Amino acid sequence: MNSLDLLPPTASTYASQLNYFFWVMVTICGIVATGIALFIIYCAIKYHRRSPTELPPQSFGNIKAEATWTVVPLIIFLGMFGWGAKTYFDAEQPPPETLNIWVLGKQWMWEIQHPNGTREINTLHIPIYTPVRLTMISEDVIHDFFVPAFRIKQDVLPMRYMTIWFNATRPGKYHLFCAEYCGAKHSGMIGWVYAMNPNDYQVWLGQGGGEGSLAATGQKLFLNSGCANCHRPSGHGPGPSLERLYGTPVTLATGAVRIADESYIRECILGKKGGPVAGFTAIMPNYSGRLSEKQIIALVSYIKAIGPETDLNQPSSSGNTRRDYSSQPGIAAPGSTSISGTIPESR
Amino acid sequence: MIATAKIEAVEAPNYLTEKHGIKSWLLTIDHKRIALLYIFGITGFFVIGGVAALLMRLELLTPATDLVDPETYNKLFTAHGIVMVFFFLVPSIPTTLGNFLIPLMIGAKDLALPKLNLASWYVYMAGGAITLYAIASGGVDTGWTFYTPFSTVYSTTHVAAAAIGIFLVGFSSIMTGLNFIVTIHQLRAPGMTWFRMPLFLWSHYATSVVMILGTPVLAVTLLMVLVERVFGVGIFSPELGGDPVLFQHMFWFYSHPAVYIMILPSMGVVSELIAAFSRKAVFGYVFVAFSSIAIAVLGFLVWGHHMFVAGESVYSAMAFSILSYTVGVPSAIKVFNWSATLYKGSIAWETPLIYAIGFIGLFTIGGLTGLFVAALGIDVHVTDTYFVIAHFHYIMVGGAVMGYLGGLHYWWPKISGRMYPEALAKAAALIVFLGFNLTFFPQFVLGWLGMPRRYAAYPPEWQFLNIISTAGATILGVGYALPLVYLTWSWKYGPRAGANPWRATGLEWQVPSPPPTHNFEVTPIVTHKAYDYAGMKEQLGLG
Amino acid sequence: MASESLALREQFGSPGHQRDTSAVGMWLFLATEVLFFGGLFVGFGVYRMYYTQGFVEGAREMTLVIGSINTAVLFTSCLTMSLAIRSMSQGNQFRTYVLLLITIGIGLAFIALKFVEYYFHYKAHKVPGIWFESSSLYAGAEELFLVYYFVLTGLHVIHLSIGIGITAVMAVRTAIGRFSASWHTPLEVTGIYWHFVDIIWCFLYAIFYIPGFHK
Repeated sequence: MNSLDLLPPTASTYASQLNYFFWVMVTICGIVATGIALFIIYCAIKYHRRSPTELPPQSFGNIKAEATWTVVPLIIFLGMFGWGAKTYFDAEQPPPETLNIWVLGKQWMWEIQHPNGTREINTLHIPIYTPVRLTMISEDVIHDFFVPAFRIKQDVLPMRYMTIWFNATRPGKYHLFCAEYCGAKHSGMIGWVYAMNPNDYQVWLGQGGGEGSLAATGQKLFLNSGCANCHRPSGHGPGPSLERLYGTPVTLATGAVRIADESYIRECILGKKGGPVAGFTAIMPNYSGRLSEKQIIALVSYIKAIGPETDLNQPSSSGNTRRDYSSQPGIAAPGSTSISGTIPESR
Repeated sequence: MIATAKIEAVEAPNYLTEKHGIKSWLLTIDHKRIALLYIFGITGFFVIGGVAALLMRLELLTPATDLVDPETYNKLFTAHGIVMVFFFLVPSIPTTLGNFLIPLMIGAKDLALPKLNLASWYVYMAGGAITLYAIASGGVDTGWTFYTPFSTVYSTTHVAAAAIGIFLVGFSSIMTGLNFIVTIHQLRAPGMTWFRMPLFLWSHYATSVVMILGTPVLAVTLLMVLVERVFGVGIFSPELGGDPVLFQHMFWFYSHPAVYIMILPSMGVVSELIAAFSRKAVFGYVFVAFSSIAIAVLGFLVWGHHMFVAGESVYSAMAFSILSYTVGVPSAIKVFNWSATLYKGSIAWETPLIYAIGFIGLFTIGGLTGLFVAALGIDVHVTDTYFVIAHFHYIMVGGAVMGYLGGLHYWWPKISGRMYPEALAKAAALIVFLGFNLTFFPQFVLGWLGMPRRYAAYPPEWQFLNIISTAGATILGVGYALPLVYLTWSWKYGPRAGANPWRATGLEWQVPSPPPTHNFEVTPIVTHKAYDYAGMKEQLGLG
Repeated sequence: MASESLALREQFGSPGHQRDTSAVGMWLFLATEVLFFGGLFVGFGVYRMYYTQGFVEGAREMTLVIGSINTAVLFTSCLTMSLAIRSMSQGNQFRTYVLLLITIGIGLAFIALKFVEYYFHYKAHKVPGIWFESSSLYAGAEELFLVYYFVLTGLHVIHLSIGIGITAVMAVRTAIGRFSASWHTPLEVTGIYWHFVDIIWCFLYAIFYIPGFHK
């Protein structure tokens, strides 16, 4: 990157689509701006006032002109809206299979957690040609995860998971910025995204994870925090069984139906989901203030890992199923047989 | 042509000379004097906001944070935003040119509620004093947008004082807007129907409606921020279940219409300047008039476009995006009508026209880049980057400030009774235009490259563009300093101006320069439509 | 009439013109007040949607008896205010003065009752930011309900106090003979404001107290 680069790298599938739209916009707007400018300069020169008392012929309006320059811009604008909305909408929904990585933002650093337990600070290593889904939360104020080369950006909020996905297409080292003002060292909350060939990524991944995968950490917490006392695998405890729960619909006592995704599980743990599950009483203790966001992430990872076996489903609003690459081998729900997950093959 | 002492002695009394002494100024209820009181305040705040900007740009000459420390930089951009938005842009044209001209343009002796007008100035100055106290006694570091929970829980600076100052100045805004609406409804001279009003009045009417309906929501939002901060209760911060995104909705519900408060008056000025300096009626008068109303109404429906990546749903985002595109249409209508007015006109290259044409060009670029940020896909990449900064500065500075300066020059003879030095004024206008583009065009490139806003430090490969931007800012500063100097100089030493140096239509040009305190000896009876150059050609000495 | 020409300002064509203008001004001001309170109502509405249970808990903390008495009290003050204006338009200066004083008295009674309520909340440790305790599952939402309660009723009390102050000034001006049957615009405009403050109270009563009736 040298200082005469006037364009950011194009390193994701979304970035390529967006570039095309962007250049069409630049062309249209450039033509309009130049046209208007030339017209005004032309008028200013050609119709220059010749004498101080000159009175030009008056014209007051023209309905056809008004209609034209109302309707034509409106149609062009609606076209721009449509293209922009389509690009955005298509990019909204992650594909069925994603590599899920956790991002914790806090003043003033990014902490990234890979499912196998590898942690990194202010860097994010990912494989190319793999849809990557980031689940993000802040420990304090609003931050924003911004990677210009991928053209992705998402505010990272406290107390609420936000997700974003991308599919990197070029290996390289790309800027990562916090793009929502967050206090004194906002301009220092930056880092790098390393997009790697899938083989290199596996090698890199293997170097980390010393403390065990996120799901394993979560399992330990599950036992130590007393969760297992009520949430027994058989389902005959005071609380519902959490095996095969992740991604399935849950009916609450109020009649509302929720999908048991990351946000739902987090809300359960923190006592915020709005009432017990149907058929159970509201006796679950509130872990608010007793568990850090990191610990909650580990617990959620564990519950994902003991989710439904064959179809590791996350029914999305469009009805697609999503295979979760983050499940790890060797995680057993207490009392059940161990299940094996799969690691994605490199393409 | 230059007045001598003898001629001064027989000069007719006018609003400047009728009464003397500080009390006659501080207790005046004459809208013209109040306008001058406001010009002092507005100019002072513009200088303060401008100095903050200059310091920011100096810091950004180098990639590292070396001129000031990061905390100070954060306070600088906050001060720049708060002062420029609330104490300069929102009040500027309405309280200065609007106050001075609205009664003159409609043929009235004063505004409907003159004491309320004076009160609004005191409230403005009080709010300004409190905010300046907050800035001077250690600063505020939340950004002018006060996002929670940073502003309510985490910031350790004078947030409460700043919030109170802005809360107060909001009431000044409401009082001014209310006064204008009542005046335009009730005090038009006989024969001055709505569709005979100059377009300046239509713009100010639309602006006033936005002011009185939008500002209370800001007031209440800031009040809640104060309550949260002082009492430690959760309204917008998540610990007690508050929603930080609710703050953003409430904040932007005012602050987006606020940008229309900042641009509509300037558009009104430009309509007057284009008409006067092409000596033609504004093409499509009714369309231009209604486009102001359309902008005011639609402007209330688009606030969510500031929150596309903030956590609003895809469906709300799409609704706000399409509405944001529709609000661009009335602005386009104005640009086309102004261009059509210039066509086959009689164009005089006076300073006000240079500013007006600069406005059209720069506002067009700013508006077209608005189409970029309104596009959902693109906005994800450019929001919170220098692209957005460049977009709104093109409109606010390239648009609103150019309109303000153009109007100030155009009506200067009426306000002061003197002409400004022509060559110097033209030079200053061109310097402003050049400096402005040099400052802000590179910022579009920086934004697309990915440079986030509110950053004191940046990757070294972007230094070149930042240096160009700072160089432009310095030139822009010179361009702004010049009118400050020569307009002040002309107040005493400029050649005297007649009642209608531009041979323009409009009731304000029918009274002497400067006008007498009571504006019109006899209430005029209006028989001409707006910009009736053909019908008034004898009166104006044309043709 | 003497009182009219004293009051007619130079920018108006006639007293009727000036009266209309004052009324337009007051209605526009009330429009801004609708947006002011409206912003808070919207915030309240959003949170009520998110935290229905917690807001029910909050509503249970309301002192329904005092709230209902206050509503009746304020309605009565509107009646006396209207009667005062009607008296003035009939030229009865003394009756107007008395009715205005009664209105002020009733307004002060409202405020006194409100502060009694606040005191009860304080005794029950239900004042967010000052002394709040709750053993409910939904303590956070309950506190949020009470934050909105105190802010909205507090703002209402401030508006009512301003109204009382203005009414007092009107009472004095009535007593010294500034108004007449044909011109008493400031009084009419004060009346419009007073009624508005009462309407805001009706909305507050509806959102804070009425849910609490449903135990």
